[in-house]
Formats: sequence, C-alpha cells, structure tokens
Amino acid sequence: MSSDKLVTMANQIGRFFVPQRDVDPAAAIALHFRKFWDPRMRAAIVAHLDKGGEGLDEPVREAVLRLKDGRA
Amino acid sequence: MSLVPETDYGTPASRATEQVALMIDGQAVTVPAGTSIMRAAMEAGIEVPRLCATDSLDAFGSCRLCLVEISGRPGTPASCTTPVAAGMVVSTQTEKLKKIRKGVMELYISDHPLDCLTCAANGDCELQDMAGAVGLREVRYGYAGESHATQEKDESNPYFAFDPAKCIVCSRCVRACEEVQGTFALTIQGRGFDSKVSAGSLSDDFLSSECVSCGACVQACPTATLSEKSLIEIGQPEHSVVTTCAYCGVGCNFKAEMRGEELVRMVPWKEGKANRGHSCVKGRFAWGYAHHRDRILKPMVRESIDQPWRELSWDEAIGRVASEFRRLQEKHGRLAIGGITSSRCTNEETYVMQKLIRGGFGNNNVDTCARVCHSPTGFGLKQAFGTSAGTQDFDSVEQSDVILVIGANPTDAHPVFASRLKKRLRQGARLIVIDPRRIDLVRTPHVEADYHLPLRPGTNAAVMNALAHTIVTEGLSDERFVREFCDRDAFEYWAAFVAGPQNSPEAVGPIAGVDPEAIRGAARLYATGGNAAIYYGLGVTEHSQGTTTVMAIANLAMVTGNLGRPGVGVNPLRGQNNVQGACDMGSFPHELTGYRHISDEATRGMFEEMWGRSLDAEPGLRIPNMFDAAIEGTFKGLYVQGEDILQSDPNTAHVAQALSAMECVVVQDLFLNETANYAHVFLPGSTFLEKDGTFTNAERRINRVRRVMTPRSGMADWEITLAIARAMGFEMPYRHPSEIMDEIAALTPTFAGVSYDLLDRVGSVQWPCNETAPLGTPVMHVGGFVRGKGNFLVTEYVPTDERTGPRFPLLLTTGRILSQYNVGAQTRRTGNVAWHDEDLLEIHPHDAEHRGVRDGDWVRLDSRVGSTSLRARITDRVAPGVVYTTFHHPETQANVVTTDLSDWATNCPEYKVTAVQVSPSNGPGDWQKEYAEQARHSRRVAAE
Repeated sequence: MSSDKLVTMANQIGRFFVPQRDVDPAAAIALHFRKFWDPRMRAAIVAHLDKGGEGLDEPVREAVLRLKDGRA
Repeated sequence: MSLVPETDYGTPASRATEQVALMIDGQAVTVPAGTSIMRAAMEAGIEVPRLCATDSLDAFGSCRLCLVEISGRPGTPASCTTPVAAGMVVSTQTEKLKKIRKGVMELYISDHPLDCLTCAANGDCELQDMAGAVGLREVRYGYAGESHATQEKDESNPYFAFDPAKCIVCSRCVRACEEVQGTFALTIQGRGFDSKVSAGSLSDDFLSSECVSCGACVQACPTATLSEKSLIEIGQPEHSVVTTCAYCGVGCNFKAEMRGEELVRMVPWKEGKANRGHSCVKGRFAWGYAHHRDRILKPMVRESIDQPWRELSWDEAIGRVASEFRRLQEKHGRLAIGGITSSRCTNEETYVMQKLIRGGFGNNNVDTCARVCHSPTGFGLKQAFGTSAGTQDFDSVEQSDVILVIGANPTDAHPVFASRLKKRLRQGARLIVIDPRRIDLVRTPHVEADYHLPLRPGTNAAVMNALAHTIVTEGLSDERFVREFCDRDAFEYWAAFVAGPQNSPEAVGPIAGVDPEAIRGAARLYATGGNAAIYYGLGVTEHSQGTTTVMAIANLAMVTGNLGRPGVGVNPLRGQNNVQGACDMGSFPHELTGYRHISDEATRGMFEEMWGRSLDAEPGLRIPNMFDAAIEGTFKGLYVQGEDILQSDPNTAHVAQALSAMECVVVQDLFLNETANYAHVFLPGSTFLEKDGTFTNAERRINRVRRVMTPRSGMADWEITLAIARAMGFEMPYRHPSEIMDEIAALTPTFAGVSYDLLDRVGSVQWPCNETAPLGTPVMHVGGFVRGKGNFLVTEYVPTDERTGPRFPLLLTTGRILSQYNVGAQTRRTGNVAWHDEDLLEIHPHDAEHRGVRDGDWVRLDSRVGSTSLRARITDRVAPGVVYTTFHHPETQANVVTTDLSDWATNCPEYKVTAVQVSPSNGPGDWQKEYAEQARHSRRVAAE
C-alpha cells in the first residue's frame, strides 16, 4: 500500500473526529481503522509509523500507535 | 398464463374521507366525495363507454361518449367530469344515451381507417371496443369525404410510431405528457377538423422535439395512433408478467408483455408502488440489449490478457475459476482473492456472492459498486439516525411543501420520480436546488426553483453548514422535535458549532461562490415552509466529504423536525436499481446483512451456524483498496459480477494497472465490457428478464423480479455463483431464489417478514418488514429514531486536496444523462444512442471563448492523472470555472481524468471534483487510439 495514500486517508479520518463532542480523537480514529481497514492496510500504516510516520497529523499518529499497541 | 388484468376506472380516485351514497342503474353505490360518476359506476362494475377518459389523467370531458342521465337534472352530462352527489340517481344506459353515443361513434369512425385486421392495436383498441359497446352497425356518412387518412406517419422516434390517420384527437397523449410526465412536449395544433397532435413546433418531429420518450403518451393512446414499434412488428402479447426495471434506483414495476418467450413490450404497471404506472425511456423501451448481437452466451477463458478468448463448457469454466482461486490462495494466502457484487443483480444473487466470498474464499474481501456511489449514505445516516437508508417512500413527495434537491438531477437520473416531484411542484410546492449546474429542474415548464444555489464543486458541507447556521441563529429550529427525539447534548454542541462565524452564509458564500442572501433565503424557506423534504444524489456522496455532507443533511432535517412523517425526510436517490439491496445484503467488507459489523460475535455466530463455516472477523478490502493491494502484489484474484470497474471507477490508468497485476480476473457480465479486456475468465451473465429474484429500490422497497425467458447462456447469475461455490467445496443447495430469500429473512431482522409468498400477495414491501411491521415500513423514524435519540454530528468543512491552479484552472464534475445509464453497457446497445451517442464536455461560453473553443469542437481534457478528448458543448448551464461531462462511453472514458481521492469514511471516490484544463484538440488523443486498439485486440475470440 502506498504510504502517501494511507497517510492522506488517515489524516482525513482524523480531521472528522477531532472536532467531535466527547470523543477521544485518537481512540475514535483507531477504532475507525479497526472497523473499516483491512489488516494489511493497518499493518502498512503501522509500518509507516515505525519509519517515522511522516505526514501523520498528531491525533492520527497517536491512533496508529494505539493500533500498534493493540489498544484499539 | 394470461395478460395481467388492470382495471381502468376512467378518472383518478378521490382522496376525500367523506363518503357519498347514490344509485347508479338501480345499484346502491358509496364512494368518496369528489369521485366522478364514471368511476363510481366502474367501482360498481358498470362500464360507461368512454374514449378520452383514463384513470391516470384528470377528467377532460371531450369525447361525449360517457354521457349519463341524472334524475332531476337536465341534459346528459359527461360522467367523467360530473362528481357524485348524495342521493343522486344515475342512468348510464337509456334510449337517449344510446342514440347520442352511436352518433358520436359514427362521427369518429367516419374519419378512421377501417384496417382493423391489419392494425397493430387489433384486439387492444379502445375505439374498436367502444364501437362494439355502443352497437355501431353502420356509418351513415360514408368514407368518401375529407379525412385524415393520408397524413404522414412520424416514425422518427426509435421506439414508437405516430400515425395521425388513426388519431381521434382525444388529447390523452397531450394530457399524459403534461400531467403524468410533466414535459409539456405535445400539444393540439390547429382547430376543428385541422386539429392534430403536434410534438412542439411545426418543424419538429417526435425525435427532434422536447419529448423525452417516457412512453406515457403511447400508454394513454386509446387507438393505434401511438404504438410501440416492437408491437407493430411482433403483434399483440398473449401473456404478461409483473417484474421490476433493472435501471435506476426508482425501481419501477412493469408488465413484461410476452408472446411465448419473446418480449413484445414493457408497460408500466399501474399498481407499482414506486412508479404508479409511469415509466421513462430506459425502463419502457431500452431493453433491446437483452438480444443484442454483442451478448456473450458461452463461457470463455484465456491464459493471459493478450491472447484471444477461447470458448469452453460451463463445467470447464467453473472448474477453471475454482482451481485458479484455490491456487492463488495456496500461493499468496487466504486474503489474496476477493469479489465485487453487483447493484444490477438481485438481492439473492448479491447475497450468495458475499456468502461465497466470506464462506468459500474464507475472507471478507467483498465489496460492491455502492462503494463508488452511495457508501457515504449508509455510513452517514447510520451515525445520525441508526439506519443506513432513506426515510420515506416515493408517495411521500405528494405531501411535501418544500423540496430541497442537492447533488441530484432527477429528471435525467431518476426520471419517474422526477415526474412525481414536478407534479407536486406544479401543485404549489416550493423548490430549492443546490447544484453547480443549472439542472432542468431549476426551470422547466410550470416549475421554477425559488432558489438555485450554484455552488462550487467541493463545497457541499460548507453550504449545508451555512443553511444550518441560518436556522440556528435566526431561531428557526424545531425545539420541540429536538427536545423530544434528539440527543440534547449532541444538539447543543452542534448548534454552537454551526452558529460559529465560519459557518455564516457571509463567510461561506465567497468560498462556495453563492450569494449569502440566497443561502439565508433557502434556509428560511426550508425551515418554515411546511413539510420539507431533502432529495440528494451522487453530487453529495462522491466527494472527499461525502459522508460529512450526508451527516449535515441529517442535521438539517433533525433541527427543523422534518422527519418521522409523510412529506418530509432524507431521501437518497440511489443510482442503480439495486444499490440499496446490494448494501442491505452484506456486500460491504466490514458488515453482514442488515448492516451488522463482521466483528460482532453474536451476529457472526448466527451466520457461521447457518452456513457451516467459520468466518473471518476482520474487515476485508474495499474496491479501491483491492486495486492498491493488487499493485502492491498481495491481491491476485478477483471475481467481478455485473460491474465494469475499468470504466466506472476513477483514475482508469490506476485501475488498469491493478487489473493487469492480478493473475486471475473473472468477469461475469452480459458483454465483453472494458474490465473484460483485463480478464482471464468470462462468465456470461443473464439479464433481469431471465431470472427470478428481488431488487430493493431507493425507498427500501423490495420488489419482485420475475423470469420471463430462459437464461440465454443457460444459467442465471445466482446459479453461476452457486456452481463456483460448489466447485470450491462450499455447497449452497438452493433450488430457487425464494429459498435464498428465506435464508436472508432468517438471518436479517429487518427482512424477517419477507418472503416470495408475501411479495406475491401484496406486491412489494419496504423494510423493516418483521413482526412489528408485517407489511413493511413506508416512513421510518416515526415517534423516534432507530438508534434511540437522533445524533447531531459536527460537520466541519474541510476543503478537498484537489485544488485548481494555473495548470488546471477548471473544476470538472461528472454525471448521467437521461437516455444513457452509467457505463452505458446496456443503453449504448439500444435505440437510446439516437439521443446521446458520445460524451460531451459542457463548458461555459466565457471559458470556451478564452480558450478559442467553439461549440462542437474537439477539446482535450487534462487533469493531474490523465487526459482524454471529446467534443465541447458550450452552455451556461455550468458556471464559469466549471465543466461537466458524462461517463457513458468507453471511447471517452471520463474516468481517465478523475483522481483516486476519496471520502474520508468510505473511500467513495471524489468523482465530482477534478481540477482540469481544457484546450483545443484535433480529435481523439493518443491514449484513446491506443486503448481502442487494445480493446479490439483483447476482444478476439479464437475460432473453434
């Protein structure tokens, strides 16, 4: 999977959840990954984070970290 | 078998609740006030002779055949225009009436050809019937006088002929065009003896006129004046079967009128609850593709895509698919293959397809073409209301006072619903159109939008927020509705958000290119104009903020209390006939039927028990993810049913690269479509005429599809899927689609009450159909939302990453046209090409002049991802800075230029916003020439 595309998609998701009420954005973003992204896409975004996570917005970076840690 | 009987009551039913009792021919009759005497008599089984009356049209009173006598009243009033009255005593057959009627008929027949035996309407002619009914035995005037017998036929329309010699000038065609279709293309020209039906101006014929070929005039004609060419050629049908159209999401019911296994004509069924007896050019006439010479009727394979196809038996083909898919899974892993279900196929076919993938392939790599159209609808409405579907039935529009249409072009894409909508607008409902183009609805005969907000593509969410801002800050919210039915905290948080200055019309107007006062005016009208309904289409969903805008639409309906009753609601106009059904049937990779997540153990457990297979709990790949995975090398095999992804999905070069990277692409379709150019196995599909099943339309209505002819390839689509499953060791022992529906009902709470038996008894039902609602649910969220409290979500506007600039200064948006349907695989193989045989680029005169482009010139359309060439049509329907085209023709392939940017929640592609440049060109570009050659090469079939 192209990292650029996944980063774009991940940040789009982040921009939706950040302004929502009573939501931990990182948790909501991570849950979205978990519910709607195929495992290889999740693995790819985690791999991208492992390489530095260039381009990931802050709450998205945290979400990917939670994905990696199994907290999502 | 026989023809499906339909009773014509002569005039429409009255909706009055007050009942009136009267006597007709000695019989006591009780009918609603306002009912015509003609209808009251018919309801009592008394058929008053008539010619100009039919119950799809308002009474006209011109033929003078339906006269009656009423005790105590002078004269012989027309029974069609005379309403019943309490205590009235009516006689429909007296010596006086008999004499008058016979005289009237004599006059009609004196100017009518006496060629009944060779007439196309022989046996189905109301004039013939009435001559018999009145006992006409002679015509005293003879036939030697002046007549219309030599008038020239108009055979310009591909589907029907107009023979003025047979016209009795009853005006039924003219009135049908006005009242039913709402186009006003026909008129009666001239006076007295010179009166004749005319399609527009003197120089017009039917084809060149504004006629949209809906067929309402043909249906209304009581003689052979307007006749289907297929009827003229074949003859009268001997039996008919009620079925459902396979084109758009309106889901019109038709009578397939047959002679043996030959389809004579498709006639809209009056009892059809979606279409109420109306039709459009596609469903009514464009079914010739079923017998087009391009249809592939035998399975074919090839080792690689540069080889010619080779025909083989069904057993060999199925075996090849199974062995290839198993080989790929053994070599590349369980997740290396997947499939795409079709919104053109039935619910049952879609269900068994996803069952094959989940249970047979052992993964959830199943997706559907709804991915690229209404996936944001499912996601957004589920978050807001708790249900992934529209809230109303189509009848609801008859009670709307304000209609807001955003990102939809109903007169082209959902024409039968558009006719019902226009009828309501002619009755006085108000209209708001939010669309970059000045679509026909903005100004059409007797209809004019109060507001047209020609927003810049990509700014839907901003404009919806601005409408909400106006409503909230001007105190136009429905406090009672919000308090009673919605999450209070969510509302207050959202209200504070939309009230922010960034959402004011004054802030949004310049971004969206819309007058702020128009936004405020539209918001006030929507909030205060009475029952307000929103209808939307792909102009909402096919954006990077598609889901956000769906949520914003839901917010708008909730804040104004426009939910939970007829006349209001949120109504997605679905693109294809079974988009709703394909989604309902578990076609998305993350959910099973009824929109239940695959990770839910209880739900998954039910399916595992029923199917005897353990299921993967992880979501699978969506279509665009499949393409990416294929290019990456982890996705190797694809089974595509009834979808032409190469032409329909964005960024054609990317799709082609993905398909080329796969080792086994299986295409199941009617034709060697564009995707088949990259396929290794071709399985010939069946048309909707060749199989049983159900479609679910945009109003959640489950309609029966009934087989009227043997599958030409030998197998219906569901049987092909079952055969593949069996070859892969996964038995699905269904003997008939009704058994598939029984399993769907057993596993899906919203379908629990659905069965073929029920559908045969009541015609159709809208889900949820279960113990609580045994006959279905026309209007949802009555007295509360499915999810509990309505959920207001913050819908912050985020501009798309697709930006204009010096290289690509224009914004391209794409859409459909009336006569063609999606990738055109069906409609391009019908007479509909008479109206649209190539994609055109609509460009504003200012932009055209700036580039030296004249109307009809070839232009090159470039975006960041590709280029194509097509002819220009200069029009101010598009705003300066915006261009528009359709994607019906593979010679153009508009999706060569669209990008793979997509909706944040669903990956629905952003078809509606592509930055482009337009420049003059000499004709098709190099890519088009190369592609045409490649396609020709790819379609070779080796001689046996």
